[in-house]
Amino acid sequence: MSSVSVATPVDPALPTRARTGSGIVRAILGNPKALVGAVLLLVFVVAAVVPQVFTTIHNPNQRFELMLPPGPGHPLGTTAFGQDIWSQLVYGTRLSLFVAVVAGALASVLSVIVGVSAAYLGGWADDLLSLLTDVFLVIPAFPLIIVIAAYAGGGNMAVVIGVLVLTGWSYGARQLRAQAMSLRNRDFLESARVRGERSSYIIIFEMLPTMVSLIAANFLGAALYALLTAAGLQFIGLGNSSSVSWGTMLHWAQSNEALQTGQQWWVIAPGLCIALLGASFALLNYAFDEISNPALRPVRRRRGRA
Amino acid sequence: MRFILRRLGFFVVTLWVALTVNFFVPRLMPGNPAEAMMARYKGRVNPEALKALEVAFGLDTQKPLLVQYVEYLGNTLTGHFGISLTFFPTQVGKVVLQALPWTLGLVGLTTVIAFVVGTLIGTIGGWRRNGIVDSILPPVFVITSALPYFWVGLILILVFSLGTNGALPNDGGYDPILDAGWNGAFIVDVLKHAVLPSVSILLISIGGWILTMRNNVVTTLAEDYITMARAKGIPDRKIMIHYAARNAVLPNLSGFAMSLGFVVSGSILVEYTFNYPGVGYMLLSAVNNQDYPLMQALFVLITVTVLVAVLISDFLTAWLDPRVRTAS
Repeated sequence: MSSVSVATPVDPALPTRARTGSGIVRAILGNPKALVGAVLLLVFVVAAVVPQVFTTIHNPNQRFELMLPPGPGHPLGTTAFGQDIWSQLVYGTRLSLFVAVVAGALASVLSVIVGVSAAYLGGWADDLLSLLTDVFLVIPAFPLIIVIAAYAGGGNMAVVIGVLVLTGWSYGARQLRAQAMSLRNRDFLESARVRGERSSYIIIFEMLPTMVSLIAANFLGAALYALLTAAGLQFIGLGNSSSVSWGTMLHWAQSNEALQTGQQWWVIAPGLCIALLGASFALLNYAFDEISNPALRPVRRRRGRA
Repeated sequence: MRFILRRLGFFVVTLWVALTVNFFVPRLMPGNPAEAMMARYKGRVNPEALKALEVAFGLDTQKPLLVQYVEYLGNTLTGHFGISLTFFPTQVGKVVLQALPWTLGLVGLTTVIAFVVGTLIGTIGGWRRNGIVDSILPPVFVITSALPYFWVGLILILVFSLGTNGALPNDGGYDPILDAGWNGAFIVDVLKHAVLPSVSILLISIGGWILTMRNNVVTTLAEDYITMARAKGIPDRKIMIHYAARNAVLPNLSGFAMSLGFVVSGSILVEYTFNYPGVGYMLLSAVNNQDYPLMQALFVLITVTVLVAVLISDFLTAWLDPRVRTAS
């Protein structure tokens, strides 16, 4: 990595704010992208935990009249099976969010383990782990997922999460390895080594805390990947088609030709939710990028003064 | 030279891993899917097809797994993928090759366009920081990169195909009424069918190129040679293109190789949404018809295509960037 010297004069207000507001909440509040992302995420978390807040219908599979247009009682109308689209949407949040978060978290744990140990161990272990990372990075994930899910019979959530983790860790591992490499020869790690600390202690208590923001960004990236990929799998019918999630809603909408029969909301709404949840992950992710790399921040202030 | 050899080595290793996974997944899954599949097929397909299937999954032999594995590697490398069940008794290899040009045309061309246009917009965005391009586009593309490919396809169908009474087709790669061949009507029809799928892929994949290129340009602008060029009084446009963009595009090019897998993954769903007759659509129909030999061949084909594209972009990088050639 080349050391980048930022030549732009920095507003004197910025560094002080960054120093006093080292807390993550302060960082999020100070960045409009992060704020929008956090609010969106919060709404979806509420919908996932207590869906009753958003709808009075307590069973998303309850049957009403078929194919009602949007109207009183059914803000988005009903499906070809007579389910209320709005309540399907609200109750679908839980599964979609759950898969994204769990698969994203497991994938980032795997990235940390592979990336950091590659950087820390060095030598042939690094060569081997880096090779493995690159191999998984270039093998097109979705065809692989389809093949595995097809043989596993589809439908099983553990299988879905498993393949998402298997195909989702490599990108993060590569980034984390690069970051850990740049830390490897720093003095604080050297002094820990001289103190005679064990490798496991050095990695967990000395290295990882300095990488928290990158790990968080990786988690968000992996969760976004898992959200989109799981939705894709459910869309083509390789998820559990009887469960309620945004991807399965799109699957049933497509197989009932919802677009052709005027049931647009059946298609638009779940996709929009995937997009909004995905956008909240992506916005938080880019905000983390900006927080940890000041060179990428917008330079509006400077212009305003000049 | 050493760089090229190393990348070739990587190509071989990756291919080997993909083939190995492809071989062991059906054999080592709990509950032996190969045998379960045979049980499902008994009585439904003709005995010859069943025999072909047994051969493909090594159920007919008492040969040890290792021998089967070596035979499988040999067969795959020589293009013998067995016989398709849906298109019995056509060789899988033949079936697959019919779908390849459609995908190469649609996904390949769209990806190159996305890369070129995205890099161009990213350059302008990074160059004029705080300009219109830089303040509007990044947030927009943060959102578009979070959209599911297939959903964008569905919305485009709703607006531009159903909403315009079929001005743009949304189903298939061409109109089957027309004569397939090099005649004007057919070519126009093929292009019309490609518009909506390729716009779906373009809309989503372009954002990544713009953002990474913008960030690369921003980093490059802090380099001393840019200041030097400015001091020498070289015109801005020339600095932007010949100094900043030329250096900033190199990491983007290797990024191209890395993200190609993602684009191809998304395109599979786009093809499915539009019933576009490429490899992605065929892969999903193979899954639905439980045509496992076809499915496995398609997986190999898609992987090999992506790997070759990665290799090409590696060579391009080596050709353009002397640092890569001389580095260990």
